[in-house]
Parts: sequence; structure tokens; C-alpha cells
Amino acid sequence: MSVQTKHTSRAGMFARATGVVTAGVLGLASMVLPAQAADTIKVGVLHSLSGTMAISETTLKDTVLMLIDEQNKKGGVLGKKLEAVVVDPASNWPLFAEKARELIQKDKVAVTFGCWTSVSRKSVLPVFEELNGLLFYPVQYEGEESSKNVFYTGAAPNQQAIPAVDYLMKDLGVKRWVLAGTDYVYPRTTNKILEAYLKAKGVADADIMINYTPFGHSDWQSIVADIKKFGSTGKKTAVVSTINGDANVPFYKELGNQGVSAENIPVVAFSVGEEELSGIDTRPLVGHLAAWNYFMSVDSKANEKFIKDWHAYIKNPKRVTNDPMEAHYIGFNMWVKAVEKAGSTDTDKVEQAMIGLTFPNLTGGMAVMNKNHHLSKPVLIGEIQDNGQFAVVWETKGLVEGDAWSDFLPGSKDIIADWTAPIKCGNYNTKTKKCSGQNF
Amino acid sequence: MGFTTTGQRRFALNHPFPHFRPTLIVCTLLALLSGHNALADDAPPVAPMPYADAIAALKDRSFDLKAQAVDALVQSGNPLALAALKALVDGDLYYAQDDGRVVIAKDAAGGVLTTDAGSGAALGEAVKRDLKKIIINNTMRNQLRAAIARLSLASDNPDARLSAVLEILKDLTPEAVALLRTAREDEQSRRVREALDTALAIADVNADNKRARLAAIDELSASLYPEARNVLVPLAAKGADGEFVEPDAEIREAAAGAIRIIDGKREFYSTVETAFFGLSLGSVLLLAAIGLAITFGVMGVINMAHGELIMLGAYTTYVVQLLMPHHIEWSLLVAVPAAFLVAGLVGIAIERGVIRFLYGRPLETLLATFGISLILQQTVRTIFSPLNRSVETPQWMSGSLEINSVLSLTYNRLYIVLFSLMVFFALLAILKKTRLGLHVRAVSQNRAMARAMGIRTGWVDALTFGLGSGIAGVAGVALSQLTNVGPNLGQSYIIDSFMVVVFGGVGNLWGTLVGALSLGVVNKFLEPWAGAVLAKILVLVFIILFIQKKPRGLFPQKGRAVEH
Repeated sequence: MSVQTKHTSRAGMFARATGVVTAGVLGLASMVLPAQAADTIKVGVLHSLSGTMAISETTLKDTVLMLIDEQNKKGGVLGKKLEAVVVDPASNWPLFAEKARELIQKDKVAVTFGCWTSVSRKSVLPVFEELNGLLFYPVQYEGEESSKNVFYTGAAPNQQAIPAVDYLMKDLGVKRWVLAGTDYVYPRTTNKILEAYLKAKGVADADIMINYTPFGHSDWQSIVADIKKFGSTGKKTAVVSTINGDANVPFYKELGNQGVSAENIPVVAFSVGEEELSGIDTRPLVGHLAAWNYFMSVDSKANEKFIKDWHAYIKNPKRVTNDPMEAHYIGFNMWVKAVEKAGSTDTDKVEQAMIGLTFPNLTGGMAVMNKNHHLSKPVLIGEIQDNGQFAVVWETKGLVEGDAWSDFLPGSKDIIADWTAPIKCGNYNTKTKKCSGQNF
Repeated sequence: MGFTTTGQRRFALNHPFPHFRPTLIVCTLLALLSGHNALADDAPPVAPMPYADAIAALKDRSFDLKAQAVDALVQSGNPLALAALKALVDGDLYYAQDDGRVVIAKDAAGGVLTTDAGSGAALGEAVKRDLKKIIINNTMRNQLRAAIARLSLASDNPDARLSAVLEILKDLTPEAVALLRTAREDEQSRRVREALDTALAIADVNADNKRARLAAIDELSASLYPEARNVLVPLAAKGADGEFVEPDAEIREAAAGAIRIIDGKREFYSTVETAFFGLSLGSVLLLAAIGLAITFGVMGVINMAHGELIMLGAYTTYVVQLLMPHHIEWSLLVAVPAAFLVAGLVGIAIERGVIRFLYGRPLETLLATFGISLILQQTVRTIFSPLNRSVETPQWMSGSLEINSVLSLTYNRLYIVLFSLMVFFALLAILKKTRLGLHVRAVSQNRAMARAMGIRTGWVDALTFGLGSGIAGVAGVALSQLTNVGPNLGQSYIIDSFMVVVFGGVGNLWGTLVGALSLGVVNKFLEPWAGAVLAKILVLVFIILFIQKKPRGLFPQKGRAVEH
């Protein structure tokens, strides 16, 4: 549905869709709304502001608000101001779906920026597809998905996990692997991909240890002791951690207390960024690694400006920036470009306009939106420093193209996503030349 | 060198010119590192870099160039090199933004005290903003630690010598072995000697002389260092072709025997370790549950806000640390009474404001206190933000007590085990020995009779609830050292707390103690083979079955109180 320009057109459309009675009621309602509302483009923000995920997602809400604010100072989009509609799904997965429906149907948002955990994304996916909404998802995730209605601005496994493992294998000579994760879909799928990848590289079963823990696990004594034992065989050992959320803090504390140092057993994490480290004393953790597409410490003009703007907006010079914030930054700016290119906020037009767009990364280079709705971005590996920041120790030579369907899982090897004509499919099988028919 | 240590005396006795020895080692090192390099890189030998140039080269962005600069520093034989290398690995080496001078910076009151790394001259105070840190990576850290270890073999401090030996143990080159052999001759400290013996035995295991090899294997069978076992395993193992790698059967048997001895000891220590983990988990459960044992166990109030009182205690610790940023070491001692007061007063307010109107109506109490818990969480979220707060760990609670190389007990857990027992016995004493305790017991046993005897039961209720809440606050102080301090802290402990109290027997403090510790130990013994998730489920299933059989818990309350 196009942007609301006049009250009459809106009422008319509704009359056709839902009948005269509803139209009357809505017409009445729209008259009460301020006249300005018709001249704005609404942007939905679907991030948890309470509950367990609030720790990570609140920052992203503020990031989107900041970006909207900046865009409005530049005159908005298509001559209209942007208006944020913030809802709180409260870390409650079914509520995410309800709130998404509310945003698209009631508030008529043109686009939504939101979700963090994969389970929340899976929960809103049917809603966005049913109502033909547009979602920008900013967090690194497990892949195996590509929806027409979602743009994935975080890293796919081949943009984070695989390069990190390559780095450990080649540069640090790691021979034994601990895959430790929180017990839910992202770590399980990522570890499945990594296990297949490691075995393809000739790592024996006995040299891989897999461990899952519940959300918010706080008693890491036995697991860290096990890792220590596993790593004492003389072969270089590393931990690949998909431990999510605040369970990381006690995990790293226990590592420090039991004397597991980065030189002996390095831990590379995919869910630990600057924000998570701001809750701990990082002195015992110096040298442990993380793989992301962005680090706050990267020295570039664009990043410097972004950090300055963020501090000014949030009115706190101590707040950190992180990878999902950059993902929203790229996603938001690409959406603005796409809307201007399409001349409309219509989902289908914007979706097609998005593909092939480029926008400068904060770390240098240009991010590209690919046909599979994933970005091409550089991959960086950083070591934790004693000030809670990361120092980049390795980066990919160029951009890495996000791969929606992993090449290392038997089920998804032959599947690609391509949203351009003539394929227009999120899971196209290159062998059978068929689209499975589902939307993702 | 003002104080005398064994190490120093040793120098004085054996070496008339003690300063010669470090130089000697530096020279050996020089030879050995240059050889090592040529082997590793297969590169043409790098022209020796003067000390000052090597220091300046550390500023380079490339880690390879930095690593070369480190080698050059070691080879320079300059006495300042050790300080510079140590500063580099500790993250204290910076360079000035303006003139590019490389300095060692140590934190001082106003800013940082800097020393020129090139000349060793003190440069006075500087502001950290003007300095840029020299960043190193893990590969360099390993390189630096090895270099420093070799330089510190001659240290006066036995601990430094021990860690130096253990560091060298990781990569035993023939040169390093020669270095260790000289060091072994004069070593006085027993611990260092043992480590040295292990290291030399590891080197001898693959020697030519059979007798020396057998002696080495015998020596290693007494060692728990993982390196010792790792060097024995190939001796007893079969290669890819199914043949034994080691041709000599006698050596093979000796090695297999030594591995059995080591594994037996490791097994024993790992059981001890698991038991300790269990006790420590149990003590956390005990701390969380013991306040509830008062409010729920003694008073019969189903207090769903118990977890939030724990959270308040944790936040009190955070605030106390904010108020005394320069005395983190003492902050926990201040936080314990502060948290007791804060949580206790909030508890009394809850009791006087809400719960006292709901006595005898457990369902309403449950709902009301659940509401209170949400209010408390949101209040904290509004005041402190939804983000977790960082509570610092004092130095004396960090690290671990190393009993041997396979068994080490972390200090924070050790202290918390002791602390939880102290809290438990203090509470027991209050209930058994004080007037308040007498009143509490009287009111819980027979309210009407107690009132008839002139006890102000309303006050006793408020104070009892305050006591239970205060103890929850104290638990929060301990938990702030183990887990995240955030608005949701309490939620993760409320279920466990009820579980422990119900399992141990409602109204019985000893039951809570035994219940908490046994649940902790059972959980930890299940974890290795069931995994953390399944272990927790198994414990829950066990409790459900147990409650079916004994609905009153481990130690049921006896007597007339049961009737109510």
C-alpha cells in the first residue's frame, strides 16, 4: 500500500477492503489524527525494551531513532518527514508477531527495523509475508532462510563463523575445537555448519567437543574445567563460542578465574561485542577473539563521525557502538536510497530497488545488497583489549558475500536465494531447477 | 635488592658476582633465539637491529614487523629489554602521539607515569589521551612470554621461576633444555625443582640411552603436568599402520604403567574437583534459599518477590562500589550490611504495606508478591537502565588456589562457600539464641497463644519478614560476584530457592542446608555425562518424584506447628 496522502484515499481503500461500516469508524478515527500524520512516512521499530533481550535491543531502538532524526534534519525522504512508531515486544516471542501485525495493519508503517534473536524473527516472518511488510533484521544469524519481505543486514555464517575458524586454523594452528553455545536455533545451526566444515577439513570426531547450555547459564565451573582438560592434550585448542546474551559474563569470569588464557586456549565469540563487554572487567580476557563485520575501534572517518553522532544523540560519551548498530546504519540508509530510487514506499517496488544498492561501510569499503537479500561486507577478527574494545588482528582482503544457504550442510548445498527475475525465489534448488514454493 | 629471599642468598653463596648470571643467560638466549628464527622462517638472517631502532619498530602496524622487533630486542642484550618486553605483554607500552617516543606507562593518581623505553629515563606524568597503545596479538604474546620466561629463569622470586619453567615446558627446544639443566643445579625451591625435573624428564624420554629413558618415565609417572602425560601417550600408542610406534617393549610397558598411574591420580582429583563444584553450586542455592526458608518456611508467606530482594542486594553492591571507587577491596565488606539494611527495609515495607492484609490467603499473597516483583524490576530498570551493571571483583576474590596442576579451586567460589555457611550459622544463632528468635518461633508455632503471652505479633511478623528479606539482600552481594547484575537477576533464582526449601522440608533450616548442598552436588555429578540442560531437568524430575513420596520434604516439621 502506498503512502497515505489524503484522508479520502485512505478511507476509500478501506471501504473497498473492509466494508462501509468499518470505513466509517476509521474515517472518524483518521479525522482525529493530526493533519501532519498524512505527510509523514512511518517507520516501525520492533525491539524489546524490557525482558532478557532489552540489554541488547534497547540500543538498537535508539540507533534507529537517531538515524530517523538525522534523516529528518536532511529533509526526510521523498519530501516527507519520517515518523518512528516504537513498540515493545518485551522479549516475548509470540508478542513479536502481534506487535508486527499491529505495526503493519494499524500503524501502516512503510518499513520495520527490528528483532534480535532468531526465534523472534521466525515468529514475525509469517506476519510480514502475509501482510507484505518489509523487515530489516540487523543481527548475525544462522542462515538457511531468505524471505522476500526481509533484508538481512547482519552476518550469515559464511561472513562470521567460517572466516573465524579459518583464521584459527591457519594463523593460530588450532587442531582441537570446542563448540560451545546456548541451547537454541542459532548456535545449533551454526555448530552444525561448523562441524560439517571442520570435518571436511579433516578434523577427527575426537577433536571436536560440543556443549550446549541454557539461556542465562551462570554456573560455568564444570564446563570450563572440561574445556581445560580437553585442551591439555598438547594439541592447540580453541573454543568457538555461540553463547548468547548475558551468560557470557559469568563464562568469561570463570575462564579468567580458572586461568584459561587466550594464549593457551583462545575463545572466539560470535555474540560478544562491545556492548556485552561493557559489563565486565576485561583485563583477564585480553587476547580472546571475536569475529564481526564492524568494531568500534576501527579507525575511519565515517566511523568517527558515527560514534560522535551517537554520543551526541544518546548524551553519554561512554556508550559504545557495535556491529548490529552498523547493520541498522547500512540497512536504514539503503532503505532511504531505495525509496528515493523507487519514488515510493511500496514494499514490492522498494524490495526490487534495494537489490544491487551500495552504501559505504563504517569500516571502509562499500556494502552491497545482493540478490539473496544479504549484504556483502568485510569480515574482521579482533582481540579483546583491557579497555573493553577490540583490536583488529585480521581482516578479509575484500568483501564477503552473505550466503543465505550454507554450502556445508547436505540439505542446503544446492539451494540458492535469488529475488530477481526470472527466479524470484528464496530457496531455489539449482539441481532440480525448482523453487520449493515456500516463501523462504 | 633490600630484602633477602632464598633465591638471593643462593646467589650470594654460589656466585661471587651475581650480576654475571643474567648476562650469561641473555647471551645463551641470544644464540638460541637467532637459531630458532632461522629454522622457523627459512628467511635470510635479518641484519641485527640496534636497540633504539627495534624499540621504534614496535610502533609499526604489521604484527610481523613487530615480532621481528621483539626478536631484535631480545638479541640486543640490552638490560632495558626485559622491562620493555614485560610492559609490552602487560599492555603498558605506548607511544606519544606528538613525538612518537615509545614509553612505558604505569597508572598513577593523576594520569600515568611514563618512562622512556629506549633510554630508561623517567619522563614524569603524562595524560593517557596523548599516548597510543602498542597493540599485540596472541602469537606475539606467546613469543613474548617465552622470551620473558627465559630471561626470568634467574629471577629471585621462586614463583617467577616456576612460571618461567612451566612456560618453557610448552616448547622444549634442545637449547631450552640446556638452559633448564643449568638452572636445575642451583635450584633451592622444592616446587621449582619438581617442575624442572619433569621438564628434564620430558626431554629425556626420547633420549638414546635406555636407562635414562626408563628413569625419565618413572619420574614422569609422579607428575601431573599435562605435558608429562602427553609425551608418554605416543610411547604406548599404535601408529596408523597398527604397529607400535615404540619398538622397545620394556619402554612401552613402562610408559603404559606410568599413564595408568597418572590417570588414576587425575581421576581422583577430578572427583574432588566435581565435589567442590557441587558444594559451591549448593552454597549458591543455600544463599538464595535461606532467606526464603524464613519468609516461606517459618512464616508461610509465598513471597514471589524474594528474587527481587536478592537483586536489590546485588544493586546495593554496585552502588557501594560507585560510592567508594578507590576502595574496591573493601567494598564487599561494606556492601554486606548495606544490602542487609536495604533489602530488609524493603521487605518490612512489603510486609507492612501488603502482605499483612493477606495472611491466610496464600493465592492472593502469591499474586500480590508477584506484582511487587514486577514493580521492583521495573523500578530498577528505570533507575539503573535495563543494561547489566558491572560489579567489580576485588583482587582477593580473583584467580584460583592451585593445589596441583590438575586441581585448582577458584577463590570466589571458595569464599562464597565459607560465606554461605557463616550466614547459615548466624541465622541459626539468631533464631535459637536471641529474644527475637524466641518470638519468631513462638508466633510461627501458635500465633494466638503468643499474642496472649504479650508478644506483639504484628511487629514480630514485620521483623521476621525483614530478617528473611535482609538475608536475601546479603545473598545478592555474593551473587553479584558470580553472575550478572541486572533487573532479571532475581528471576533465575526464585524457582531454585523454592525448590530447595520444599525439598529440604518447609520450616526447617537444617533441611534447607542439606537440601541445597545435596542438590548442588547431584547436579554437578550429573552434568558431565548428561550436559547442563539435561542435568537440570533430571534434578527437577527427581524432586517431583521425591515430593510425591515425601510431601513434607527431607526433614519434615514435627509437632503441633504442622497442624496449621
